[in-house]
Amino acid sequence: MISETMVELSRWQFAATSLYHFLFVPLTLGLSWLLVVMEICYVRSGNAVYRDMVKFWGKIFGINFALGVATGITLEFEFGTNWSNYSHYVGDIFGAPLAFEGLMAFFLESTFIGLFFTGWNRFSKKGHLVVTILTALGSNLSAMWILIANAWMQYPEFSQFSPEHMRMEMTDWWGLVFSPVAQVKFIHTLCAGYCVGGMFVIGVSAWYMLKNRCIDFAKRSMTIGITFTLCALGAGGLTGDKAGLEITAHQPAKLAAMEAEYETQKAPASWAVVAIPDEEKMERRFSIDVPWLFGLLATHSIDKQVPGLLEIVQKNEQRVKNGAVALAALNKIRNGSADETDRAAFEDNRKDLGYGMLLKRYAQNPEQPTESEVKAAARGSVPSVWISFYSFRTMIGLMGLIGLLAAGAAFFLWYTKDLIKRTWYLKILVPAIALPYIASEAGWLLAEVGRQPWAIQDILPTFEATSTLSTSDVALSLGLFVAIYTVLLVIMVYLMVRTVKKGPELTPDPRKIIRAGETNAI
Amino acid sequence: MLFDYDTLKIIWWVLIGVLLIGFALTNGTDMAVSVLSLRVGKNQSERGAILSTIAPHWDGNQVWLITAGGAIFAAWPEIYSAAFSGLYWAMLLLLFTIWMRPLAFDYRSQIKSERWQKGWDIALLVGSLVPMLICGVAFGNLLEGLPFWQDADLRWHYEGSFLTALLPLLNPFALLCGLTSVFMLLTQGALWIGMRTEKPLCERAVRIAPYFSLVSLALFLICGLWAYSFDALSLVSRAPEGSFNLITGKSVQSVPHGLFENYLTHPITLLVPVIACLGIVLGAIEAKRGHIAKAFIENAVGVAFIIITPATALFPFLMPSSKDPASSLTLWDATSSQLTLTVMMFAVIIFVPLALGYTIFAYHRMWGRAGKDEHSEY
Repeated sequence: MISETMVELSRWQFAATSLYHFLFVPLTLGLSWLLVVMEICYVRSGNAVYRDMVKFWGKIFGINFALGVATGITLEFEFGTNWSNYSHYVGDIFGAPLAFEGLMAFFLESTFIGLFFTGWNRFSKKGHLVVTILTALGSNLSAMWILIANAWMQYPEFSQFSPEHMRMEMTDWWGLVFSPVAQVKFIHTLCAGYCVGGMFVIGVSAWYMLKNRCIDFAKRSMTIGITFTLCALGAGGLTGDKAGLEITAHQPAKLAAMEAEYETQKAPASWAVVAIPDEEKMERRFSIDVPWLFGLLATHSIDKQVPGLLEIVQKNEQRVKNGAVALAALNKIRNGSADETDRAAFEDNRKDLGYGMLLKRYAQNPEQPTESEVKAAARGSVPSVWISFYSFRTMIGLMGLIGLLAAGAAFFLWYTKDLIKRTWYLKILVPAIALPYIASEAGWLLAEVGRQPWAIQDILPTFEATSTLSTSDVALSLGLFVAIYTVLLVIMVYLMVRTVKKGPELTPDPRKIIRAGETNAI
Repeated sequence: MLFDYDTLKIIWWVLIGVLLIGFALTNGTDMAVSVLSLRVGKNQSERGAILSTIAPHWDGNQVWLITAGGAIFAAWPEIYSAAFSGLYWAMLLLLFTIWMRPLAFDYRSQIKSERWQKGWDIALLVGSLVPMLICGVAFGNLLEGLPFWQDADLRWHYEGSFLTALLPLLNPFALLCGLTSVFMLLTQGALWIGMRTEKPLCERAVRIAPYFSLVSLALFLICGLWAYSFDALSLVSRAPEGSFNLITGKSVQSVPHGLFENYLTHPITLLVPVIACLGIVLGAIEAKRGHIAKAFIENAVGVAFIIITPATALFPFLMPSSKDPASSLTLWDATSSQLTLTVMMFAVIIFVPLALGYTIFAYHRMWGRAGKDEHSEY
């Protein structure tokens, strides 16, 4: 018997470890390309300050990367240790991109990052640049594969249920790889990473300006950081819009939850800036609305309706009933007592089998649920509104703020050329390092919480995906994860702050052009 | 499709083997070097020199583990599911200790203080020695069988929780297998240090290498003899095609000296343990003669075949169950669908040689002997 507490603890553990891992991933994604840009500047201009930049930001990159690698292995392990029924049920599809991630991306990234750090003396300038590019490419490709895997959890096409194996099996590999959801997610997540990287460089450079240290270094770093952040924000906004359309098309419950839309509004729906949702009664207690905006954003039209949660829940009642039929037929098929009508019933309802599994939490006998059990399961088939609604607003709100801050920095740095004197602005830029981190985490929270109660949308309920572990085992491991991760984070932050305070090691006469053939080493 | 389902399943048994052997030979060597750096290097600068020989490569080498994990997930999802959840605490122990490696490598040289570096040396020792041991212990337990079973809902269960599940894994036979793993890798590590460092470091390392070989050889033979006494499972018949209990529907029986069944029915397979022993012995002899590179390669062959030995003994079993023999997982019933196996086979065939190619390039580029004064920037 799977205890509810164990399920909850497993969810907390996965949430904690994946959000923790995602503290390090975006900086790796962004900083890797920032390093490439800096190194291109070095190779093209020969100005040693750019090499100092690559080395200094590379050091930061390395400190961050180590923890990213370590905590990434955790997530891979957890699919097996804590979500073994998930691995059994969808490993046939989900495992493939994970293996590809190792084969194609991690090998590339990890082999060349070693050369990036230790190979300065062993490569020509251009040779080392190629190493840096391959590192960046590897880290970004790894994001692509894991997002292909995640996109399938949101949009589980290209596969079908196998009654013999009681699992989902892949039917279309290229469909899975080129899934529209995956493409959008990939670029959107990269943009988030580039924002984190860009703002990180801006913030640290601002701190050097405040302290009046290594000004040339800081200015050049910030220039690259600002350009990067602004481009990434633009692309992030566009792909965010596209991601919204994908959600509209494939995950109506997530869309309704992130907009706190209970009642279906008349098209074009208005957009709530803030709202107080009442999860029990399924209504908004209060909201401030902008007319038309939601309809325009979600459908790019003024005449298409966006279904609200009440409507979705009502529709899902039928899916729950179908699911119960599918479940009953499947059990008959599996124990050999099925006749033609059972087989036909299974074929007709197999797409709703997941809803039958959802009933296991709500019904005494999931094969023959009562009317109220059906209602309860349908009610439970949609995500939490509070978290979805506010994580979405946190994400877009902060990204907007970051855009203003970066644009302001650009204005003072390039146009009025007096950013260094505007200490008040520099003082804002330093803590602003945290903003894209929070926004990225909020984005992930929305992606994952918005899919609940499903581990695989409409296919596998999260509570069915766990391992059969004892509650105490998971409680203990969760405690250990939190304790060790906290210690590791303290060490990493200490080291990073120390490295920043120590500052870059600057070449004494950076303007002296380093000619081809001269040593690359300090 | 290119291959029929059964052929693919056998190909995948080989491919996972290749990935695990790749893991042992690359990352295993790094772990052993990390452990030995504390004995062979007498001070921080000597330790730094030894670690600098693996500093450019440890990260890429660790990917063999991650990739083997991913490949097992994709190709043998039932193994991933049953083994990782059943061996919960063993897996977490492996995970917690493996974390230490990237951190120690990246952070150790960031602060030049004795205390800081010593702290990371300990972390590196734990993060290297424990995984080396656990991997061997895992093989030992696979040979003995694990107390897991599959229920009617096709969920995996495992006997015990926390210590009642973890401690039985540390039984004498499994620990001996663990020690075999530790010593065979220590030989690799010592020979690596012998190849890649200047005097006196390389001399110290080469001096101890043959002792490690002899210990690993002795342990390997003892484990083999001990394993001969086990009753082990033999596959009578697979679950019929189209059955709804593809795993538990098979028929198995316990036979005395079962782990030697394959070796005795097909004596040609005895070449596997024989090559393993030969590799180790030749490696020791060459090391004594001072041909370190040769010794390294011969010992590597020995290590590879030590790993193939238990796998061949178990074939076609991957994970026998001591609790419910029919729940045992074999390479026939633990696999994913034909399409996934096909796609992933191409992935491995294309990307593993590619990765090997640039790994060799990286080694080639960084080759040379590290002396006392060499500090890695890393």
